Amino acid sequence: MRYWMYQYKRTWRGSITTSFLYPVLYLAAMGLGLGSLIKGRVDGVRYLDFLAPGLLASTAMQIGGNEAMYPVMAAIKWLRTYFAMLATPLTVIDVLVGHLAWIALRLVMVTSIYLVIMSAFGTVHSALAVFALPVGVLTGLAFAAPIAAFAAAQQNDTGFSTIYRFGLIPLFLFSGTFFPIVQLPGWLQPIAQATPLYHGVALCRSLVLGHVGLAAAGAHLAYLVALTLAGFAVATRTYRRRLVT
Amino acid sequence: MVARGLTKRFGDFVAVDGIDFEIGRGESYGLLGPNGAGKTSTMRMIACMSPVSEGTLRVLGMDPAHEGARIRSRIGIVPQEDTLDLELTVLDNLMVYGRYFDLPRRVIRERAEQLLEFTQLAERAHDKVDPLSGGMKRRLTIARSLVSDPELLILDEPTTGLDPQARHLLWDRLYRLKQQGVTQVITTHYMDEAEQLCDRLAVMDGGRFAAEGSPSELIARYSTREVLELRFRDPDTDTEAVAARLQGLVQRFEALPDRLLLYADDGEATLTEVHALGLSPDSALVRRSTLEDVFLRLTGRSLVD
Repeated sequence: MRYWMYQYKRTWRGSITTSFLYPVLYLAAMGLGLGSLIKGRVDGVRYLDFLAPGLLASTAMQIGGNEAMYPVMAAIKWLRTYFAMLATPLTVIDVLVGHLAWIALRLVMVTSIYLVIMSAFGTVHSALAVFALPVGVLTGLAFAAPIAAFAAAQQNDTGFSTIYRFGLIPLFLFSGTFFPIVQLPGWLQPIAQATPLYHGVALCRSLVLGHVGLAAAGAHLAYLVALTLAGFAVATRTYRRRLVT
Repeated sequence: MVARGLTKRFGDFVAVDGIDFEIGRGESYGLLGPNGAGKTSTMRMIACMSPVSEGTLRVLGMDPAHEGARIRSRIGIVPQEDTLDLELTVLDNLMVYGRYFDLPRRVIRERAEQLLEFTQLAERAHDKVDPLSGGMKRRLTIARSLVSDPELLILDEPTTGLDPQARHLLWDRLYRLKQQGVTQVITTHYMDEAEQLCDRLAVMDGGRFAAEGSPSELIARYSTREVLELRFRDPDTDTEAVAARLQGLVQRFEALPDRLLLYADDGEATLTEVHALGLSPDSALVRRSTLEDVFLRLTGRSLVD
């Protein structure tokens, strides 16, 4: 993980700027701009309040997914960083855990910035919102772990555009970030509910708005934890198969 | 380091086919062989980066299967392809690598300064790696392998792609490390390098050892003391006829498209005999036998891949 921190030293300026800028832009454009057209209330709250926690979870998904695609491929094929690491006392598990820990740290940074901006926009309505931070990190990891497992099994990067096209972008649009999924046609609703982002969005929203139902929260949490662990288990296998020959 | 029946398989393909060797502390041991002979697979097993398929291997007295991490903490590895981080600075590459060994920052910094001095990279310490020349990157890879102060250094083609200046600088550095008692295992395609650096070497071919010994032993065993090289430039020369007449003269001889090689203990005497046969080559050169002659004899002249 320290390696990734070192590498981040180089790009942090650009990345911190976007970490601040994106939430401001999204909340201003979608929340205030688009939201001004939505006269009524969405799920009983202003559209901006509805949208903000969803965006938080979606951003976590994107960061988690991105950081587990090209950087993993680069560490295997292009820069071969993983192999440099494995020439030292580090083991395959160390390498995997280190990389995921770095992704988690990135998620902590991005999620906390998001929460700060959200409170500046007046969209934080409960002290429980602090728990949206770990939930955001978990949502990101629930994508990062399985995607890293997938990336380590790829020979080239063509599979990544498939993940974006059929995975991350549809989830971003249809997992309840921008509108409640009850607006979807009936047959699509169970599918939307089965996606990991839906659980991240729903949990973040309930925390930020302060409407937490224990059973529902437990189910969301269990789903995200299970996905992270399953992804990690598969990743230990694909990493080992790829790196130890 | 001891290997018995060391074997590496990838599916049905046998990369290393039951080799035996012993390497003592402080020794420089070379692995020679054409591409695909199994050198790198052997090196990766020694470096505890690749599991042994069959046979036994002990490195620093330990078993790589169970104590890989402990062994790796005491060895330095220079891989065939550089695995430097191109986006970090020269110094940061060393700092990060040292941290993988869990060394304190202060220790790494001290060693990094010495190593950059040692590899003549000190003035580039704060430059990024990407724009450095191939030779500088290779030197940095070697400096990096030394950050952990290893007892055993594993060098896979350390000087491939370097210019002569950089190669000589590296040889000088490796020689000094050897004097400090660092054991070295080296693969190379350069026979002069093997002759310079290695106390003992093995010629690998098709996953097996074709020969093992010190450079001078190998030359004595597989070649003659000298080689006489004859060239006949006249296109009308019937090389086969010439070859037939030279046949009896020496123990071994080779007809190449452009020249004839006569392996003899006394090259000058052989040349006199050639002249006595009434042959007048356009040029004649008597030289010492080298490892290259041994290598080509053992592994053949045809391309492997």
